[in-house]
Amino acid sequence: MSSELTGVVLDDYLEITLSELCEACGASAEHIRMLVAEGVIEPRGPGPEDWRFQSLTITRVRRTQRLERDLGVNLAGAALALDLMDEIQRLQVRLRRFEAGC
Amino acid sequence: MEFKDYYQVLGVARDASQDEIKRAYRKLARKYHPDVSKESDAELRFQELGEAYEVLGDAEKRAAYDQLGSSWRQGQDFRPPPDWDQGFEFHGASAGDGAAFSEFFESLFGRGGFSPFGGAAQRQAHAHARGNDTHAKIYIDLEDAYRGGRRQVALKHSELGPDGRPRVRERTLNITIPKGVSEGQQIRLEGQGEAGSGQGGAGDLYLEIHFQPREGYHVEGRDVYLNLPLAPWEAALGARVRVPIPSGEVDLTIPPNSKSGGKLRLKGRGIPGREPGDLYVVLEIVQPPARTAAEKEAYQSLAKAFNFDPRRGGRA
Repeated sequence: MSSELTGVVLDDYLEITLSELCEACGASAEHIRMLVAEGVIEPRGPGPEDWRFQSLTITRVRRTQRLERDLGVNLAGAALALDLMDEIQRLQVRLRRFEAGC
Repeated sequence: MEFKDYYQVLGVARDASQDEIKRAYRKLARKYHPDVSKESDAELRFQELGEAYEVLGDAEKRAAYDQLGSSWRQGQDFRPPPDWDQGFEFHGASAGDGAAFSEFFESLFGRGGFSPFGGAAQRQAHAHARGNDTHAKIYIDLEDAYRGGRRQVALKHSELGPDGRPRVRERTLNITIPKGVSEGQQIRLEGQGEAGSGQGGAGDLYLEIHFQPREGYHVEGRDVYLNLPLAPWEAALGARVRVPIPSGEVDLTIPPNSKSGGKLRLKGRGIPGREPGDLYVVLEIVQPPARTAAEKEAYQSLAKAFNFDPRRGGRA
């Protein structure tokens, strides 16, 4: 229990495959395809077999799943909420910067 | 155990219509959803809301709950009357996957929202459920991001005890903080979330990185901003000052006639990474108060030397 744990930092550098993304999110490939079609997540590569996702995508998918399940919004609604949350975060960073006076 | 006033949790009257209840729930759920809300107790509030709606949102369960009478108050010590649910039959699965409900809820409706009668078959379907993911924030020093580090994290989580009831357990994890993490980034620890049931694997643990706030610093992505106080003469005449930065110390040359708010950029001295951030030193001119006769005289000779009116565009 007290041994050292090393996790994986989710960022835009480390890339994962479709099946790795499905596994991490407990999602079906079909569900991921819908998220891609809706533009919620953007893989690199031409088709599902070659898709590579930023590992950061995991948090985005998980968040979408929770919004859909808990708030009864559909995919488009969850996608909109995610975009707005990203925007709020950007603004908060700017706000902190002005408040810090530098 | 404590009585839960589900009407109070949702902020509706006892005679509210099902539509009103749904509206109230939706509104509060949006407000307290842990992904959306900034409230510190959002996760708890959201769980409470889910439980209240699980009961009041379902006409059958609501009718059974109403049977208990309206004289109970939130938090009051409660024991269900032995035959309280006589003649009620509950249908339908619970909304939340593995949602953790209170002891109060479970004493009335059984575990996971299934009826105490005939719930076994439904419970079977969940026999091999994957455990929930868990989330926690950790606060690190900026230096940890520059050099990497270790943190002990105490986590509280609920799990099923041997009696089939959820219980809260605390555990301590030693986490390696990789070099180059930035604010808001998440570290995923596979299999360190809630235990699953049956053959279902454990969920994952997500740790969200935050920097301990520190006076005079702020971080934007990988760029680090650092306030540097200067005396008026250092800013005017130029100076060489030693500045402590997260990766050590640097000698900085302040060019003459530097202005307050001016930035000096140290390329690549921000948070390290594939594309390291920059360090910005933000100049802040601090004016000393004139207290002694000599200090006042110094300001007076400044006034004489400069024909300066800052209200005229700051020009002499």
